[in-house]
Amino acid sequence: MTEISLPRIAVADAGPKAAPSAPFIEIESLSLFYGASKALKNISVTLGEKVVTAFIGPSGCGKSTLLRCLNRMNDLIDSVRIDGAVKIGGHDIYGPDVDVIELRKRVGMVFQKSNPFPKSIYENVAYGLRLHGVKNKSELAAAVEKSLQQSALWDEVKDRLHSSALGLSGGQQQRLCIARAIAIRPEIILMDEPASALDPLATARIEELILELKKDFTIVIVTHNMQQAARISDFTAFFYIGELIEFDHTAKIFTNPAKKQTEDYVTGRFG
Amino acid sequence: MPSSHKETRRTPGWMGIHRGHKARPLEWLAEKFIFLVSLSTILMVFLIFIFVAREALPVFFGQTDTALVSAVIPPAEMDKHSPAELQKYLELTPEQFKAMDKDTLKTLMDVKVEAQNDIPESFRNSRDARLNTTEWRYLLLPHQWDDYKKPEYIWQPVGQIKKFNIIPLFVGTLKITLIGLLFAVPLAVGAAIYVSQLARPRFREILKPTIELLSGIPSVVVGFFALLVMATVLQKTFGYETRLNAFVAGIALGFAVIPIIFSIAEDALTSVPRAYTQAALALGASRWQTAWQIVLPAALPGVFAAAVLGFGRAIGETMIVLMVCSASVMSWSIFDSARSITTTIAAEMAEAVNGGPHYRILFMLGALLFAATFVSNMIGDFVIHRFKNKLEGKR
Repeated sequence: MTEISLPRIAVADAGPKAAPSAPFIEIESLSLFYGASKALKNISVTLGEKVVTAFIGPSGCGKSTLLRCLNRMNDLIDSVRIDGAVKIGGHDIYGPDVDVIELRKRVGMVFQKSNPFPKSIYENVAYGLRLHGVKNKSELAAAVEKSLQQSALWDEVKDRLHSSALGLSGGQQQRLCIARAIAIRPEIILMDEPASALDPLATARIEELILELKKDFTIVIVTHNMQQAARISDFTAFFYIGELIEFDHTAKIFTNPAKKQTEDYVTGRFG
Repeated sequence: MPSSHKETRRTPGWMGIHRGHKARPLEWLAEKFIFLVSLSTILMVFLIFIFVAREALPVFFGQTDTALVSAVIPPAEMDKHSPAELQKYLELTPEQFKAMDKDTLKTLMDVKVEAQNDIPESFRNSRDARLNTTEWRYLLLPHQWDDYKKPEYIWQPVGQIKKFNIIPLFVGTLKITLIGLLFAVPLAVGAAIYVSQLARPRFREILKPTIELLSGIPSVVVGFFALLVMATVLQKTFGYETRLNAFVAGIALGFAVIPIIFSIAEDALTSVPRAYTQAALALGASRWQTAWQIVLPAALPGVFAAAVLGFGRAIGETMIVLMVCSASVMSWSIFDSARSITTTIAAEMAEAVNGGPHYRILFMLGALLFAATFVSNMIGDFVIHRFKNKLEGKR
């Protein structure tokens, strides 16, 4: 377990920058095929460390597919074929000697629909730790508490840690999923529309949480909600039908995009 | 007020809403028809139970008697006894008794005396010949019969002295069913996990129907196979003495039960939301860990239901056990022969005298089997609901 506690890097409020300071996730001419159809077309983009990057775009533009390339969740679909390379911290994650399990330990994921296991709240958070070999009870308990506190859920559930996670509200369940993802201390958290099934209040809590988590984790979030992207992300990538149209500081994308298509989308003229 | 109400009713666009159930007569008819059909199913099960219970009732009330030697009333002393006593002595119903005149009754009493005189000398003085072996203590407890050195549990429903101890049958049923389940549940659930979680889709499409095809094999064929092939192979492998025993029957039974357990367990495992699998995989679990630690616990109510259904099928399976082993030996050893309750009923019902003690006891066995299955299903249902509520966070 490596503890990551670096000071917060000011990004969005530090004014526009051409590219993230430290390249962390490098996607190099990545194409993805579902059978014969090409879902991602030659995408190259570099994402920075400990920043929030938002993927936006209309439905079916490939943003979720790209997100799933980052922890190789697409491997589970038989008909998927991938060209190009994805490097995280300089390592090609599609290389022949890559252990997918180790990769997914470092690249956590939160899904659109909250999906806590039908186990107790405690067991949900502890599951990942147990998977990766943590057996010591006090160590587990400490890690569970820390993760729940970090995901702003601790105060609500500390008295019923051992009751079923399915008894929580939708927003609480989603925060539990975030706690579960951060419990194993990944370096990157992928979020696939984490708030799209939640009410505005719960959404606001998740957004606060994301801003808080940015201190410790690199976050890539797919969202349909453009206000959300504008509120929480430092960088934004706009996709359209499998292509990366534009990638820049969020402020620039939303105020002064370089491409006409981007402008049309963010101003709500299509999509 | 009423007039305004009328007004609303006449509004053309709202006419239909006041027509009630007559609005769609065909649907109404179909609904009632389906209701009647489902009701008749329930009724039929109920009637079967009533029938079985009614035939078995005399045993429960102690109205059956198998005593070979009984006190006789000489026909000459007929008048010394009350009509009620005579009726009981001649084993007649009140109606039958009323319909008979004195001469007929006398003839019957003569027959009774003759029957007693016909009893072989060797039994006349036997202690056992005076027992009513359908009393509960002979049905459930060991008894030291004549020529036996110690009290024993014996099911031997033919011969002069009928021995109806049902314990060997229960032990036999239990032995065979448990062996069958111990063999079938791990295999079937393992196969279900493999097919639903680990196998490649193309392989799954071949495996699933193939295993389910097993359920189409008539149990007589399974029994035949077990009798001729499995019994020999298993005896060679394990080297036990009795070739046809509870172990062979249990394994053969397992083959009949596997497809049922597999099919239901596989459905339960497949219906676990993919979101759970995805979450576990995204946490870095292997496919095997996901299947074992996440999917199986989430599907446990369904898998348990599969096992309960398998139990029901196993305890009710007759033919395989009948073919493979059928000696009613009282023994807990799985390598001894055994006879299950259903086998006993199937094999002996045809030769039991209608309405006689043997016939009644067989029906009582049926009723007990009915009750056992019912109770096991109830317990199964209860446990499944507990599991489900626990999983869903309701307490």
